[in-house]
Amino acid sequence: MSMTLKINGETKTVDAEPGTPLLWVIRDDLKMTGTKFGCGVASCGACTVHVDGQPVRSCQTFIEDLEGSEVTTIEAMEEDKIGAAVQQAWLELDVVQCGYCQSGQIMSAVGLLRENAKPSAEEIDEYMYGNACRCATYQRIRAGVQRAAEILEA
Amino acid sequence: MTLATSRRGFLKSAAAGAAVLVIGATAKGAMAAASSEEAMLTPFVKITSDGQVIAIVKHFEKGQGPATGLTSLIAEELGVTMEQIDYDFAPSNPQVYNNLFFGPFQGTGGSTAMANSFQQYRTAGAAAREMLIAAAAAEWGVDAASLDIVEGQVTGDGKSAPLGDFVAAAATMTPPESPRLRDPSEWKIIGNEKTRRKDSPIKVNGQAQFAMDLHLPNQMVAMIARPPQRGGTVASFDDSGATEVKGFIMAKALPQNNGVVVYAESTWAAIQAREALSVEWDLSAAETRSSAEIREEIIAALNAEPTYNVNGADRVAVKAAVDGAAQVLEKTFYFPLLAHAPMEPLNCTIEQTADGEIVLHDGCQMPTGPHMAYQQIFGLPAEKIHIKTMLAGGSFGRRATPDADYQVEAALAFVMTDRSRPVKLVWTREDDIRGGYYRPAAGHKVRVGLNADGTIAGWDHQVAGQSIMKGTAFEPMAVRDGVDGTTVEGVTENPYAIPGMAIGLTDTEKATSVLWWRSVGHTHTGYVMETMMDMVARATGRDPVELRLSLLEGGSEEQEREAAVLKLVAEKAGWGKPAEGRAQGIAVHKSFGSYVAEVVEVSGSVEDGVVIEKVTAAVDCGIAVNPDVIRAQIEGGIGYGIGHAMRDQITLSGGEVDQYNFPDYEPLRISDIKAIEVHIVPSALAPSGVGEPGTPPAAPALANAIVALGSGVEHVAELPMAEAGVSFA
Repeated sequence: MSMTLKINGETKTVDAEPGTPLLWVIRDDLKMTGTKFGCGVASCGACTVHVDGQPVRSCQTFIEDLEGSEVTTIEAMEEDKIGAAVQQAWLELDVVQCGYCQSGQIMSAVGLLRENAKPSAEEIDEYMYGNACRCATYQRIRAGVQRAAEILEA
Repeated sequence: MTLATSRRGFLKSAAAGAAVLVIGATAKGAMAAASSEEAMLTPFVKITSDGQVIAIVKHFEKGQGPATGLTSLIAEELGVTMEQIDYDFAPSNPQVYNNLFFGPFQGTGGSTAMANSFQQYRTAGAAAREMLIAAAAAEWGVDAASLDIVEGQVTGDGKSAPLGDFVAAAATMTPPESPRLRDPSEWKIIGNEKTRRKDSPIKVNGQAQFAMDLHLPNQMVAMIARPPQRGGTVASFDDSGATEVKGFIMAKALPQNNGVVVYAESTWAAIQAREALSVEWDLSAAETRSSAEIREEIIAALNAEPTYNVNGADRVAVKAAVDGAAQVLEKTFYFPLLAHAPMEPLNCTIEQTADGEIVLHDGCQMPTGPHMAYQQIFGLPAEKIHIKTMLAGGSFGRRATPDADYQVEAALAFVMTDRSRPVKLVWTREDDIRGGYYRPAAGHKVRVGLNADGTIAGWDHQVAGQSIMKGTAFEPMAVRDGVDGTTVEGVTENPYAIPGMAIGLTDTEKATSVLWWRSVGHTHTGYVMETMMDMVARATGRDPVELRLSLLEGGSEEQEREAAVLKLVAEKAGWGKPAEGRAQGIAVHKSFGSYVAEVVEVSGSVEDGVVIEKVTAAVDCGIAVNPDVIRAQIEGGIGYGIGHAMRDQITLSGGEVDQYNFPDYEPLRISDIKAIEVHIVPSALAPSGVGEPGTPPAAPALANAIVALGSGVEHVAELPMAEAGVSFA
């Protein structure tokens, strides 16, 4: 099935069967590999992207439901005001270790800051709960979100 | 300015006419230099006349920091900033890129990356510096002693020029045998809190390339349907369902019939096709034991005389001392199987070049393992097999199997094709959780005799568990007089001066494949030693810190270092003065040459939910090369230790793994630990490990803190804690 997908501001034509997770269209068809496969069951958040500005797990978002939607991935975060602030904060604090989950962490962090400009530690923990990091970089993720909020406030 | 990190970029620059200086080592370990990459394919640092400097990192990067650490050693000695140097991963070559602690074997493990490279990489950087300076001194007609390289400029005697200007002349020189290493007082990068990770920028914008991200032209994706129980084989299979899946190519049984390989055009097609495959398994010879039986076997072994008297103690005398003591503490511990579950599921890609050579693309932890296996599988000499090491999305030990398990699977899957297309073998999370290679199950039975004055009269310590090393290629190296040191480490090499200690060991059967898991034996030995120590303190009314310090008064270096981290963590955590409604637990453990003490502060209750408010750590890992990387490793090690102790286990029913994926092998989450603070002990001693040593003290410090909450619970003796009646908020 041929369909069009709007991703990072560009319209792409992809050939995918209904039921195909957005994750695999992004990774295997469009070869945009910043979005990661971690569990396939929406339990780790490594595949988080935005659909119409809202963070979703792309491994459980199906291609047929995206007609007319805007998909945004980590590759577009440098151009996003909040995304760039989160990336800057992540670099200042060296949040990453292995880094495999961090695209998803950043996409969730941007989603949080979009709806809450100054989240408390508890609010960060609640919002970011679904993003697993096996390296346990959580202290720095929490600090990174708060640092990004400061950068945006300045 | 950050330079392009790519071998291709370097070659392009070199091909464009720039001169090159490459510094490496001979097979005997002496410094060697050359004027082209062709002349030396295995350097530690490459420098071009246009000023590019690239460190060749012999250890893979799974987040633990060698891409930053080894690069910083070269930068420090050469005299460039961290912004003026880039890194690339080394090819497979066990003669030049071997882990100096492993012999002729290239690999990362045992928290040794910095420890074994510290001298080697500084020496390579210093040799390059001295050669460039010698070339500049000759050209300028000045004394070499008056020159240095500072921020990439050869400087001194009133002159200054970029180091690249002297590359062509330096490349014709013989490298110095023992170049002068910079005095620690000269260090600008080593020990600098501000040094940032070299791999951060590509990991925050999606550009980092993990092996999973590789898409070679025309590649196939392979997934393997594996038997539900270890030892099962394929009786027959039917792929008619799979043929309905768009993108399915073919399905073939592995040569040993221990699985069916599904080949497809994409990952999603492979996932679907494997699901649609119908396999009839022959389970007649398969594993049928349950985890309850594994546990029973281990407990029974603990209650019998041990096979091995590990420390040659007079067991009769120790038992008599314990039995005759004023008070006897007895505790039996059990530790379940655990999966590593790195974020990036296992995968690797294999291709054949036009001239018949084999290339493996892999987040490769131990290149020599697959390199040797591939010589056998492909019947090729070592030089016709190439390993391209890519970034690895975590490991925690899982990527370092003695039998190169997933790389061999990929090779077998590739051999069954016509080799015209690259094959990318992909594991799903379910494959990872259910696929074996677990932290072995282990049990301890400890009986401690206490004198009336609170001192220890005797310590009878029995361990039983599944040996990691026996039956592997590492057995001759790691097993002494029948004892696999990785089962008892942490009890045997403990700095405490414990009087009258007997250590016994019995190996039990392996019902599944077992493997080292972040901090190996210390995962359970540290827990047992440090919860026992807390029990001794409680039973004798002594302060847990004071008790430990009293056992570290022998004056040895290791006792002094262990005591120092204890004192530092006690000071920084406000030991003995928890906030209202909170309680503290402490633990200290030496592993991989480093000393880590941790205080866990908790609130809440066992019934309504324990909250981990704060973990404070103190680490002595020798010279702190990259302090912020060290802190990050200790933070991560704490999380890894605590997360699994809270709620994770792998169990078997009838030989089949019960867990499937993260929903039933729940990772540590951001809300589980509210804060972590890490303090580093200043040291001038040789650097030791940081990847693993943060893990062992974390769980026992938590167990001790939970007891201190005063809900009347004892120290949790069987993990995970959630199964022992402890709830977490």
